[in-house]
Amino acid sequence: MLQIKPILAALKRHKAGTILIAMQIALTLAIVCNALFIIQQRVERLSRPTGMDENNVLAIQNRWVSVDGKDTGPLIKADVQALRQTPGVQDAFATNSFPLRGGGWSTGVNLVPKNEGKPAAQTTLYFVDDHALPVYGAQLIAGRNFTPDEVITADPKDIKSTPQVIVSKALADKLYPKGDALGKQLYLGGKDVPSSTIIGIVARLQVPWSGTWADDFNDNAMLLPVQLTSNYTIYLIRAKPGQLADVIKSAPATLLKTSRMRVISGDRAVRTYEQVRGDAYKNDRGMAILMGVICVILLAITAAGIVGLTSFWVGQRRKQIGVRRALGATKRDILSYFLTENLMIGVAGVVIGVGLAIGMNLWMVSQFEMARLSIAYVLVGVVALLLLGQAAVLAPAMRAAKVPPVEATRSV
Amino acid sequence: MSGMFVHNLRLGARSLRKNPVLTALMVMAIGFGVAASMITYAVFRAVSGDPIPQKSSQLFVPLIDNRGPQYNLEGEPPNALTYTDAVALMKAHRAKRQTVLYQVGLSVMPQQANRLPFKAVGYATLADFFPMFDVPFQYGGAWNPADDEARSAVVVIGRKLNQKLFGGANSVGREIVLDDQPYRIVGVTDDWDPKPRFFDMFSGNAYADPSEVYIPFHYAVEHGIDTYGNNNCGSDGKRGIGREGWLRGECVWISPWVELDSAADVAAYRQYLTSYAQDMRSAGRFDWAPNVRLRDVNDWLDYCHAVPPESRISLVIAMGFFAICLVNTIGLLLAKFMRRSSEIGVRRALGASRADIYRQFLAEASMVGVAGGVLGVLLTGIGMFGVGLVFQPQIARLAHLDLSLVALSLLVAVFATVVAAFYPTWRAAQVQPAWQLKSN
Repeated sequence: MLQIKPILAALKRHKAGTILIAMQIALTLAIVCNALFIIQQRVERLSRPTGMDENNVLAIQNRWVSVDGKDTGPLIKADVQALRQTPGVQDAFATNSFPLRGGGWSTGVNLVPKNEGKPAAQTTLYFVDDHALPVYGAQLIAGRNFTPDEVITADPKDIKSTPQVIVSKALADKLYPKGDALGKQLYLGGKDVPSSTIIGIVARLQVPWSGTWADDFNDNAMLLPVQLTSNYTIYLIRAKPGQLADVIKSAPATLLKTSRMRVISGDRAVRTYEQVRGDAYKNDRGMAILMGVICVILLAITAAGIVGLTSFWVGQRRKQIGVRRALGATKRDILSYFLTENLMIGVAGVVIGVGLAIGMNLWMVSQFEMARLSIAYVLVGVVALLLLGQAAVLAPAMRAAKVPPVEATRSV
Repeated sequence: MSGMFVHNLRLGARSLRKNPVLTALMVMAIGFGVAASMITYAVFRAVSGDPIPQKSSQLFVPLIDNRGPQYNLEGEPPNALTYTDAVALMKAHRAKRQTVLYQVGLSVMPQQANRLPFKAVGYATLADFFPMFDVPFQYGGAWNPADDEARSAVVVIGRKLNQKLFGGANSVGREIVLDDQPYRIVGVTDDWDPKPRFFDMFSGNAYADPSEVYIPFHYAVEHGIDTYGNNNCGSDGKRGIGREGWLRGECVWISPWVELDSAADVAAYRQYLTSYAQDMRSAGRFDWAPNVRLRDVNDWLDYCHAVPPESRISLVIAMGFFAICLVNTIGLLLAKFMRRSSEIGVRRALGASRADIYRQFLAEASMVGVAGGVLGVLLTGIGMFGVGLVFQPQIARLAHLDLSLVALSLLVAVFATVVAAFYPTWRAAQVQPAWQLKSN
């Protein structure tokens, strides 16, 4: 550390190189911090639990042809019966949507009947029957499941509320923060819409959307015991363990055998839950991978730049190094001289870099609805870059340490 | 002069060969930097273009706030119209051309009994849709406004559907069955799929698959064909009961478009929208001051954030990446050029002018730039396969490596490297001939 003065003197003679390395470190820090932060945010999003047991689940999107929406009730019942009897199928039900599907219903919920103002909570609605909980594999933590006779058949445009509902714990806690939601009432509309009683609470159930706009009510879900008569029906199927691969083939075949008046086509018509999850978070995963690749290449390029410039300095100063060695400096002294020099440039670089990183994040927050950069990422980035600088400078510094004292006597 | 240029290139090549590692580092830095920027730029270019440049300033979306200050989103009217307002605007006919549309998903019944029905997605719209959006036709043409009024069962199908059903033959006049109803084909469009699909931003179809069928709006509504796209009822609870109630209620699901030629027409139409909203207020339907919008195509795409945030974030990050690569190149070039101080000193002593030194070193730098550009183009080509990882397949498909992108990559690489070389070259040219000779 006693070498700081001579180092400063030497750096003054190499202003341009010093500034360039410091600048590169600063810019790299700014980009790497923000990229790491984006990666962390995306990974956090795509590892959010749905509340389901996602193994062995299959989703089929079915569209009726040549049938009026109102008349699909018996057809859907027949489908569900046939699916439940298909070998390899443990259970199945018909619904309007499911977690991570991409599209679904959302609505406001209140503790009193009202139409105006902000609702007490926002929630998604899943229209299901009494087989939904076992198919989800959702954990019922209070109350009970629907009974078969509570399930009504209705047109989507007529349905306003049902006497019984099951809600997710997140929604229950939002409406009744004291944790006494079971058995209480909630309202899905104004005075003309009858109230609903919470008969059960599930530990967790995610909404159908994976976009940031639904983050505020990500775990607010409500199950209503309704068999919707509609041209568009989704079947959610749980296969017996190990039999999913067979069910992927047999379930659509079963449906076509029951009736050919339907369309099950397109790349999203038959999906395992693994595919559903992959589709829902495709952008998030891709963004995380892209940022990871950029970080790695960027760090490699910065390291290479430091190696290049330091090698040049070592080459330029062979004579001075030889003089120092001749005057009694050890190899260690030379090594630590270059390491300290790099550390000083690195510190200057990261100080500027921290400012740039925060500035860049603030700008992105204003442009892209991103979250504020947490200081932990900046610290991780600072340590990583200082270590990277030291590692990059090691090889040229060791070469410098090997310069023999006799170099002092040579002219060029 | 040109002989001198070739000589400079030869000098450059020799010097680059002398330090292969340093040269490779520079070429790679430029190559990676150019590739990262070009890949993200290709995607950005694909999603931020004007989908209908010849008319984008004459096509407008009229919107009316039917929610009021209490329920609307930050003072903005919803992004579509109610059935009531859509019909009223069309009936008033205040624009040169006008149309309304909503997405429909219809099942197509093939004529062969053994083939399964399949789904065709498209729009229920009005006759003006086709001339307004310059839809190209392979066979036939649009239906007439009279067909709209008469609720005729006519259909325009896309080229691909025509290929599937009729093997690409002229099918005008033939019949197809959609959702159990027979329709007479009046036209077959050529391949036409503007991206982003500006006219249906409301249903999130900016990058959706091409639409295959178009049927008359009034016919579709009367036959109970519901929207296949979004339906936004807001949170004021005025949904209405049953289909009829929903139709007359305050849910928005119809995208309106009008064509207006001059600024005066635009002002007049805006005036009309305001007076319409005023009428609604007088009639007691709204209890707030008129709140209307009239945006042209580009304003509308901006407002709807047609460019996905992923694309913009990665473009920003890639630009930063490129900047770092350039700083890196400046450093490496500086090291490389200054290492040759004695050579420069000798050349200067032998009579080379500063300009000669400039030319020599800039020639060397541009060779690095060209090599970096070529590497960049190769990496861009490889990277295009990876685009599908980051962006939805519908968007990834749009990004491709074409001649203009290759040319741009090379140009950016050479230009950036030469700019980066200016400072190191200037330093090299400062080397004093006498001083160098003395020190030796």
